[in-house]
Amino acid sequence: MSTAARRPTDGPDGGTSVTETVIRLEDVGKSYGNVRALHGINLDVRQGEVTCVLGDNGAGKSTLIKIMAGLHDYTEGRMLVHGQVTHFGSPRQALDAGIATVYQDLALAPLMSVWRNFFLGKELHGPLGMLRVAQMKQIADSELRKMGIVIPDLDRPVGALSGGQRQCVAIARAIYFGAKVIILDEPTAALGVKQSGVVLKYIVKARDAGLGVVFITHNPHHAFLVGNRFVVLKLGEVSLEAKRDHITLEQLTGEMAGGDELTALEHELRDLHP
Amino acid sequence: MTTATADEGDGRVAARPAYARLLSFPAIGALIGAIAVFVLFMAVAPPFRAIDNSGTILYQASTIGMMAVPVALLMIGGEFDLSAGVAVTTAALAASMIAWQWSLNVWVGVLLSLVLALGIGWFNGWLLQRTKLPSFLVTLGTFFILQGCNLAVTKLVAGGVTSPRITDIDGYDSAAAVFASDISIGGLHLEITLLFWLVLTVVAAVALTRLRIGNWILASGGDEASARAVGVPAARTKTGLFMFVGFCAWLLGMHTLFNFDAVQTNMGIGNEFIYIIAAVVGGCLLTGGYGSVAGASLGALIYGMTNLGITYAGWNPDWLKTFLGVMLVGATLINTFVRRQAAKR
Repeated sequence: MSTAARRPTDGPDGGTSVTETVIRLEDVGKSYGNVRALHGINLDVRQGEVTCVLGDNGAGKSTLIKIMAGLHDYTEGRMLVHGQVTHFGSPRQALDAGIATVYQDLALAPLMSVWRNFFLGKELHGPLGMLRVAQMKQIADSELRKMGIVIPDLDRPVGALSGGQRQCVAIARAIYFGAKVIILDEPTAALGVKQSGVVLKYIVKARDAGLGVVFITHNPHHAFLVGNRFVVLKLGEVSLEAKRDHITLEQLTGEMAGGDELTALEHELRDLHP
Repeated sequence: MTTATADEGDGRVAARPAYARLLSFPAIGALIGAIAVFVLFMAVAPPFRAIDNSGTILYQASTIGMMAVPVALLMIGGEFDLSAGVAVTTAALAASMIAWQWSLNVWVGVLLSLVLALGIGWFNGWLLQRTKLPSFLVTLGTFFILQGCNLAVTKLVAGGVTSPRITDIDGYDSAAAVFASDISIGGLHLEITLLFWLVLTVVAAVALTRLRIGNWILASGGDEASARAVGVPAARTKTGLFMFVGFCAWLLGMHTLFNFDAVQTNMGIGNEFIYIIAAVVGGCLLTGGYGSVAGASLGALIYGMTNLGITYAGWNPDWLKTFLGVMLVGATLINTFVRRQAAKR
């Protein structure tokens, strides 16, 4: 794993990025009734950078995604998109602002062919709704190739692709249709080591293409391979925020695993199984 | 990094062999089945070879096929319509009784019946969206509602279980010419339903595979949540499909009415299952998102050939339904097997 951990390019000026901040969260919080799901979140999503959001189940990751994706509005602080204070009313508005979300399970129709999925909802068509099949296949193929995914037969159902390739098709689609920022909801959670590699490679390509990537995961190893900055959430608050230069994988893993809690758990388990 | 993912690059997955591409057409199972049934009855049933019997077989197939086409589209869109069989009778009864009761030109009845048939389809779609119940339940309800209405309203208006004869109502001749004409070509007697069936098949097949709406139908049936997430109007697509079933039911209802001049209230009951069988034999997946219009039409052809072939072969026709049931299960198994083969690398 360590040999593969090539450091992501930090840009020519060594980390101090000149890229534009697309989304900035300032003390953002969200309460559902009297349940405070998220509080005091500060986060920058910049073009050409991968921002990793880590956290255990229930840490507030999905609430954070939903705020940026336009599914929920926030109740505290403010969210700036392209420098403007923004409240999204619907996912459609977030999409129009260039923020696309790729959900782990909610992406593609498995029995439909690759090219049909790629253009689903945004089909190229002529008069009477006639699909421009050849053109769509050609675009889908070149867009996927650009990102290093080669699918020889685009008529294959998406369900016949590997899990990693499926995620990549969903991401490539979001990028092609004008996303400036892509939010990836645990894209590697259900994948094996190799398939995760496919997706991680793809994330790097998307970053190098100038997109802002928000990579939600609970795997610190995956995050450390591609991330420029890291935010660890715990119980709805930021427990760690660091740039790549200021943190090691061990620190990140320790923070994720919960440090003291893990030690306590270890003792407990030892008592159970002497 | 490169070594870990080298196998995803060029050249790993060779283009699929030709037979695998062929097998990936959903209708392939139905095509093979149709050829097999044809060869079987050609061999064992001498009357099957007679040219004038071909017209009868095609007529039988066309009256099933006209409904199997929209039912298949709806199934690909992920829904059922159990009211499809009785809706045909409802349309026919409505047209005849509206014209008869108020002494209107028969065309008025025909058009109001179209509005009613489309309305039934819309109602099915609306009820589905509002209640979020499975379409099996929703349309089972509609099925019984219509079945009751067919009987009760006809008894109320016409005083019996048969609709009033409409042969002497204004506009009958022109309507009969449109909905129930026929031609003979060299001993082959063809009803206009054959034309309706072919046009519906071609239009629906093109729509499914080459139009944007086809993409929406496949996606709504394949994964409705995903489809909505990328902006496909899944609810409207499904309601449209129910209304297309309504339209075809109206068309077949009009043919039935003007071909026989009167309609029995209990006609059409049970046909909804034959439409579904034709669609499933044609390769439509029960869970939606996959299937073929041409396959459904081939399924209807298989039904037509079997239905009459059994009689022509001198076999006991009481076994027809048994044969259909066996064929349904067999076709489903074969289609599942074929699809698995096609999906293999």
